[in-house]
Order: sequence, then C-alpha cells, then structure tokens
Amino acid sequence: MAEELDGLIDLALKGDKKAIARLITLVENDEEKAKEVIQRVYPLTGKAYVVGVTGPPGSGKSTLLDKLIKLARDEGHRVGVIAVDPTSPFTGGALLGDRLRMQRHSTDPGVFIRSMATRGALGGLAKATNDAIKVLDASGYDLIFVETVGVGQIEVDIVKTADTVVLVTVPGLGDEVQAIKAGLMEVADIFAINKADREGVEMVYLELKMALEFERDKWKELGWEPPIVETTAFTLRGVRPLWEAIKRHMEYMESSGRLRERRTFRAREEVKTIIASSVAKRVEERLAEGEAKELIDEVVERKLDPYSASRIVMEKLKEDLWR
Amino acid sequence: MVDRSKVRVVVAKPGLDGHDRGAKVVARALKEAGYEVIYTGIRQTPEQIVETVVQEDASVLGISILSGAHMVLIPKILRLLEEKGLKPGEDVAVFAGGIIPPDDAEELKKMGVFEVFGPGTPLKAIIEAVDKAVENLKRFGA
Repeated sequence: MAEELDGLIDLALKGDKKAIARLITLVENDEEKAKEVIQRVYPLTGKAYVVGVTGPPGSGKSTLLDKLIKLARDEGHRVGVIAVDPTSPFTGGALLGDRLRMQRHSTDPGVFIRSMATRGALGGLAKATNDAIKVLDASGYDLIFVETVGVGQIEVDIVKTADTVVLVTVPGLGDEVQAIKAGLMEVADIFAINKADREGVEMVYLELKMALEFERDKWKELGWEPPIVETTAFTLRGVRPLWEAIKRHMEYMESSGRLRERRTFRAREEVKTIIASSVAKRVEERLAEGEAKELIDEVVERKLDPYSASRIVMEKLKEDLWR
Repeated sequence: MVDRSKVRVVVAKPGLDGHDRGAKVVARALKEAGYEVIYTGIRQTPEQIVETVVQEDASVLGISILSGAHMVLIPKILRLLEEKGLKPGEDVAVFAGGIIPPDDAEELKKMGVFEVFGPGTPLKAIIEAVDKAVENLKRFGA
C-alpha cells in the first residue's frame, strides 16, 4: 500500500488528475490514509491562495464562481475548486449540483473541480475539505476556490479555511441582512450582492453599509473595510469588479501581515481539531470497557457523582494517550 | 454490501437533447438510496463527462439520452474512459437510460454498459442493478 500511495502522490505532483482525484477520495474516506497522504504532501503545500465563497442557498454562488474561474484563468492561475453540498441526514446520500454551473471548465487542463458532500459536518464545509485543499495545493493549483453549502447564520467554518472570504447575498430575502449580522457578517472580507438586477438591491446595500458602519473603528485599525460589490453573474455585470476586489484583498492580506496571522489561527484550529478528535476516540474506547461500565452504574445508582467518575476515567486516559 | 454513501455516481446528459426529467429522477432516487450523486446538467460533450468522472473519482456513470445519438455518443464515452485507464465494468460501472431500442441496447451491453433502462423501469430495479454493478468493481474488492 505504501508503494501504491507513493506512486499516486508522484503522479498527482505531476498534475495527473486521476491521481489527484484518488488522493482526495483517500483523505475523504479513510482517516489513516488521510494521515499518511497529508504527512507526505504537507511540505509541498502553502503556495496556494484560498478564496472562500459562502452565502445563503440559491444566492448564485456557483454561477458567480464559474465567472470568476474564467477571469482567474485569463490571468494564468491554475484553479482548483471544491464545491460543498449537504449530505442528507436521513439517507446518507447527497445530490451534488454545484458543478453543473461550472461544467464548461471541466476540460480545461488548468482547472480541477471537485464536488464534496458534508457527510455530517455542520459548519458549512466537509471534514475533509482542508485536506483536499492541501492535495490540490501540492499538485500545483495556486488559486483554490471553496464554495460552502448554502448557509444561514452560524456556519462559519470557512474562516478556518479561506484566506479571503466572499459572502454572496441577494435582494429579496426579507430580514436576511439581520440574520447575516448575527455571525456571517464578521467573517466576510468582501460582500457581493448578486442578482443585482432584481428589485430591492439598494435596500440590501444600505443595510450592509449601515451594519459595517457600526464597526468603523475596527476597519480603521485593520486597514481594510469590506467592500460591497453588486453583481449579476448571469450578465457578468459587476463580476470583474468583484475579481478586482478579491485581488485587492489578497494584496492587503500579504502586505499587512494579516495572511500570516490568519494562517497561524488556522494551523492552531487544525491542530486543536485533530487532538480533540483523537482524544474523543480514546474516551469512547475507555468508556466501552467493563471497568468504566461499572463506574457508570455507580453514577446511575447515586453511589458516585459524574465529576468524580470522570476524574477516575481521566486518570486512566493519561496512559491511553501515549499508547 | 458496499457503503453507498462512499460510492460516487455521476449522472450525465450527453448531446443536444434537453429532456432531463429522467436523469433528474434517477439522480434523486440514487441520492435517496444513499449514494453520493453528481449531476452534470444537460448538453455535455463526451469529453466533459469523462473529465467529470475522473475529477470526481466516480465509480458509477449513468448516461441519459433521448436524442437518438446513443450509438455515437455512448461508444465514444466508453472509449474515452478506457483512454483514461478506466475500464468499464472494472473501474467504473456504466449504465444508460432513455429512448434506446432493444437491438442497440444489446450492442451497448456488449461494449461494456452493464444495463440499459427504458421508460417505465421501476426506480428500485435501477438501484438494485447499480448495487450489484458496484460490487463487481475492482476497487470494492471484486
């Protein structure tokens, strides 16, 4: 298996799309393989810039992305795309339909598009999204777009993934802006009001502008106030200004040192997530043992309180963690 | 049985007909059955479809066609898959659906399509046939 993996990685680094696709499947399906793949490709990553595109369902994220890919290709970028759609919590199945808006790029040798299902993750991305980005990064895609599932208010995992976050909204969602203010607003570096040929675009613009006004001091200190760009993806209106805004933000991130800051935060989050999930696994293993079951029984029978019981289990965990 | 939620299926519509009701119903049914389904949309070239199978690392490809061009487009897709090192029946299970006369269906099956589903096929029959075809693929241990 190790040799097979080496072969796949070699091919992927040479740009073989079948090998890249296979590696993404490995990091998606198999924790142990994911570890091996990432350990090997990680030294080759860090060259790609990651742009996240998020926003409510039906706001036109995929269509906008299709147009952005074109502009990025015109400027010579090799573009990777990861488009996330939800897995049904009832059947485990998923219908991934973002790709169909971008299909004209599928035969472009400089574009790699991968659809991804959330498989139970709740933050707007899939668990393996970050690892898939690393595979694309190592394979020479220097600009990677990540499209989240259609989000409401609190699915903000995209900040743990992207260097620049574009929030796409549309007119006519009623109190949408109110909702955005509760969480999504803080993660956006750029706002796009898509479907701007519709009625109500001025209202959305004003509401966003006013919401941003509240944090004027913060923007001053940061040296970046999120621009609001009106777009109509279908007719291309505003798409180029949006692309220019993204590029301006990239430059700002690099020159201000914010990129390093954001990537430090992200690395920390990533390490934390890995520790937390392996600890959680050990805890499950411990609790599945006979000794722990007796302890739980004692808690049920009020012979022991839950805090003392967990203390006892934690003492044992120390050994497990270094196994 | 293979864990369906880790099996990726591409449902594609090659050629110039825009009748996508059937493709969408089948995509939906496979999703409801627990598969991860990627839908390409209409008017796809064989090249686009094969690239999609490659980049999505799909194990199953469903081709819906009602234009009458199936004896041109489907063999071309099969050939392009082979050129990518994806052997129909071994690396990727290919099925077709739409308006395809029985004689042509037989020909297509000889070329590596595992089944051709005409109008009126119960969705359950499609899901069962896909399940079986998946189990015969190399990557799932056949």
